[in-house]
Amino acid sequence: MRNASWVVLVGAGAFLALLGAALGQDQLFRVHMGILTVVLLGSTAVLLRTAKFAPAGGDAASESQYFDSVVRYGAIATVAWGIVGFLVGVVVAAQLAWPQLNIEPWFNFGRMRPLHTSAVIFAFGGNALLATSFYVVQRTCRARLFGGDLAWFVFWGYQLFIVMAATGYLLGGSAGREYAEPEWYVDLWLTIVWVAYLLVFMGTLMKRKEPHIYVANWFYLAFIITIAMLHVVNNLAMPVSFLGAKSYSLFSGVQDALTQWWYGHNAVGFFLTAGFLGMMYYFVPKQAGRPVYSYRLSIIHFWALIFLYIWAGPHHLHYTALPDWAQTLGMVFSIMLWMPSWGGMINGLMTLSGAWDKLRTDPILRMMVIAVAFYGMSTFEGPMMSIKAVNSLSHYTDWTIGHVHSGALGWVGMISFGAVYFLVPKLWGRQRLYSLRMVNWHFWLATLGIVVYAAVMWVAGIQQGLMWREYNDQGFLVYSFAESVAAMHPYYVLRTLGGLLYLVGGLIMGFNIYMTIRGKLRDEVPMGEEAPQPVAQPAE
Amino acid sequence: MADDKKDIDAVSGVETTGHEWDGIKELNNPLPRWWLWTFYATIVWTIGYTIAYPAWPGITGATAGVLGWSSRGQLAEEMDAARAEQAVYLSRIEQADVNAIAADPELVQFAVAGGSSAFKVYCVQCHGSGAAGGEGYPNLNDDDWIWGGTLEDIAWTIRHGIRHEPDLDTRFNDMPAYGRDQILDRDQISDVAWYVRQMSGQEYDEEAAARGAETFEIECSACHGIDGEGVPELGGPRLNDAIWLYGGSHAEIVAQINNPQQGVMPAWGDRLGETTVKQLAVYVHQLGGGQ
Repeated sequence: MRNASWVVLVGAGAFLALLGAALGQDQLFRVHMGILTVVLLGSTAVLLRTAKFAPAGGDAASESQYFDSVVRYGAIATVAWGIVGFLVGVVVAAQLAWPQLNIEPWFNFGRMRPLHTSAVIFAFGGNALLATSFYVVQRTCRARLFGGDLAWFVFWGYQLFIVMAATGYLLGGSAGREYAEPEWYVDLWLTIVWVAYLLVFMGTLMKRKEPHIYVANWFYLAFIITIAMLHVVNNLAMPVSFLGAKSYSLFSGVQDALTQWWYGHNAVGFFLTAGFLGMMYYFVPKQAGRPVYSYRLSIIHFWALIFLYIWAGPHHLHYTALPDWAQTLGMVFSIMLWMPSWGGMINGLMTLSGAWDKLRTDPILRMMVIAVAFYGMSTFEGPMMSIKAVNSLSHYTDWTIGHVHSGALGWVGMISFGAVYFLVPKLWGRQRLYSLRMVNWHFWLATLGIVVYAAVMWVAGIQQGLMWREYNDQGFLVYSFAESVAAMHPYYVLRTLGGLLYLVGGLIMGFNIYMTIRGKLRDEVPMGEEAPQPVAQPAE
Repeated sequence: MADDKKDIDAVSGVETTGHEWDGIKELNNPLPRWWLWTFYATIVWTIGYTIAYPAWPGITGATAGVLGWSSRGQLAEEMDAARAEQAVYLSRIEQADVNAIAADPELVQFAVAGGSSAFKVYCVQCHGSGAAGGEGYPNLNDDDWIWGGTLEDIAWTIRHGIRHEPDLDTRFNDMPAYGRDQILDRDQISDVAWYVRQMSGQEYDEEAAARGAETFEIECSACHGIDGEGVPELGGPRLNDAIWLYGGSHAEIVAQINNPQQGVMPAWGDRLGETTVKQLAVYVHQLGGGQ
C-alpha cells in the first residue's frame, strides 16, 4: 500500500491538531487548530481513497523518467494562488481608497494586507519557484527528483503552510514581522518543509548526469539555502505557551528592527530576485532558442549579487535609531549592488540577440523580455532609493509601494507567467497553448496595469513626501498629516484600477491554462498574421 | 566526446563554453566593459564614502568618518537653524501676553502661522483639519464657547486642558447624572429635554416643555443660565442655540441628562511650552468666534 505511511502520518497530525483545538490556551489557537484538523482529516480521506495496493515498485518503468506530476500541481497552484493574491490586492487597494470597505473584524485592512503580501510572494511566487525549480533541475541535471515522495511532501506541506498562514491572519494572529507574519508554530512547519525542499533539490544536483551545474540551479540553490537561514533567524521567538498562538521575538529594540529588515530585504533579494533569476536563466534561452549571452557574466554577477545583497537591509532604517555606521553600510552595499543586479538583465536581454524578431510573433517571449526590463528598472530604482538624500523623501511614502510593485508585478509576475505559459503545454503533452492571442491580451493588460500602478504611486509618493516636508517662509509646517492622506484619494482610486487590469490579465491566464490542460485549441489567426481581409479593390 | 574542436555559435560567431544543458548553451562573451567599469566605479565611490562618513564597525565603536557627520548632528543643526530664524519673533512672543500679541499685527501674523502649524500636528485629531469639530468635539469656528472665548480663556483651556486631572488648574465641572443617579425620574427628564428643545428654537411638545421649564430652573439654570445662555465661568454650555456637542434631538438630550458624556482635553502647557500655547490661542481666537 503505497500511501500507507503518509495516511498514518497525516492522520496522526490530524489527531494532534484536534488535541490542540481542545487544549489551546487562547481562542485563536483553538480555532486555528480546528481548521488544521479539518484540513488534515480531509487530506487523510483523500489519501485513503487514492491509496494504491499494488506491490511497491510496481510502476518501475516510470522511475527512469522525470518526476513531473508534482510540477503539474505546482503550475496549477501558481495560477490559482496568483489570482487569489491579485484579487486580495485589488481589495486592499480599494479599502485604502474607500475605507468603508473594511469589513470588521476578519476582512479589515490590517488583516487583509499580510494576506495579500503573503499570497503573492509566498503562495504565487513560492509555488512558481517550487514548480519551475523542480522542472529545471531535472532537465538540466538529466536526473529524476531525489527522494521519491519527498517532493510531494514539499508541495503539499507548502500548501498547508499557506493555508495556515492565511487563516491565521484573518483570525487576527500575527507575529508582527513584515513578510513573516505567521506565528511560531506555522514558522516551525515551514522550516520542516523547507529542509525537505533543500534535500530534494540538493539530492537531485548530487545525482546529476551532467558534468557541470547549470547557472539556473546556482540561483535556485542560493535562494533555497539563504531563505532557510533568513527564515530561521528572523523568526527566533519564544511562544507564550506551547498551546497558544502568541510568541515574542528573541530580539528587541533596534536589533529586532535590523533583524526584521535584514530578513525583509533579503526576502526580496533571495526569494524575489535570486529565485526568479534562476527561472529567467532557463526559460528565456529556451523560449528564445538562443544560447545564454555570457557565461563569465553569469558567474561574476551571481557571486557579486549574493555577496552584496545580504548587507543591504539597513537601508530600510535610514534616519532611525539604527547607528549611523550601519545605515552607511546598508546604503553603500545597495549602490554596489546595482551592477551585479544588472548583470542578470544584460544576460537576459542579450540572450535575445539573434532572436529579437521572435518578439513580433511570440507574446510569451515578450512577457519574459518585459519582465527583464522591469527587473532592470527596479534594480536601478532600489539602489537610488537607498541613497539617504533620496530616501529622506521617499521613505514611508507610496513611492516605496510603487517600487515594490514594479518589481513584483513587472519582474516576478511577468517572468512567472512566461514560465507557466512555457511549461503547461509541455507538462500536459499539448501541441500548444489554447490561445496565444489571449496571452497577448494578458501581456497588454498586465503591462498597462503595472504602468498605471507604478506611475500613480510615483506621483503619489513624491507628493506625499513633499507635503510632509513643506515649510512656509516663516518656518512652519504647511500641511497636517491628515491633509496628505486626503490628497492621496485620487491616486488610490487609480492604483485600484491598475491592479484591476492586472487581475483581469490573471483571470485570462487562468482560463487559457484551464483550456490548455483540457486539451482544447482555440481556432484563431496565428500571431503576426493578419485576419483574412476581403480582397482589396485596385485603386482608381 | 572530448574533442577540442571549438563550438562556435553560428548566429553571433561567438565561441560557446562547450557545455549544453537540455539544449541550452552559453556563449563565452567577455564582461561588458561599461558594466565592469561602472561596477568598479561604485566600489571606488563606496571606499570614498565610507572614509567620509561613519561606516566601519570595530570592537568598541565604529569609524566616525572624516567629515564628522552624524544624523543626530544633522538634526541638531537643522533644528538650531530653524530656531535661529524664528528666534526674534519667538522671544517677543515669549515676553508678551496674549492680548499684547493680538495688538501687534506683525506678531499676529507670525503667531497665526505658528499656531496653525501646531494645530495641524496636535489638535486636528479631535477638532478636525478645519477646526470644525465633530460629535463630542467642539467646533472652534463659532462663537459658542463652553469655557469662554477671550484670548486668555482660550490660552488657559489649551494650557491646562479640560478634565485633565493631573493638572490642578484644569477646567473641571461635573454635570450630575440625573437619570442614572435617580435625581430626576424618567418623565421629568423627558420634560426638561422638551423645554431645552423649546429654548433652542426646535419643535417641541408644549405641555411637556411647560412642565420641564420649572425643573430646568431648579436643576439646570445654575450652570446653563436661566435662559440657557450658558455660564462660561463654570463651563456650562449654552443651550439656546443650534449648536450641539452631543446632538440636539429629544432622545440625544435625554441621553445627555440621563448619564452625561464628559469630554476631556489634554493639558498642552507642559508639553508644548508657553510660546506655542500663546500662538495656538491667537490662532484659534481669530478663526471666527473669538471674543
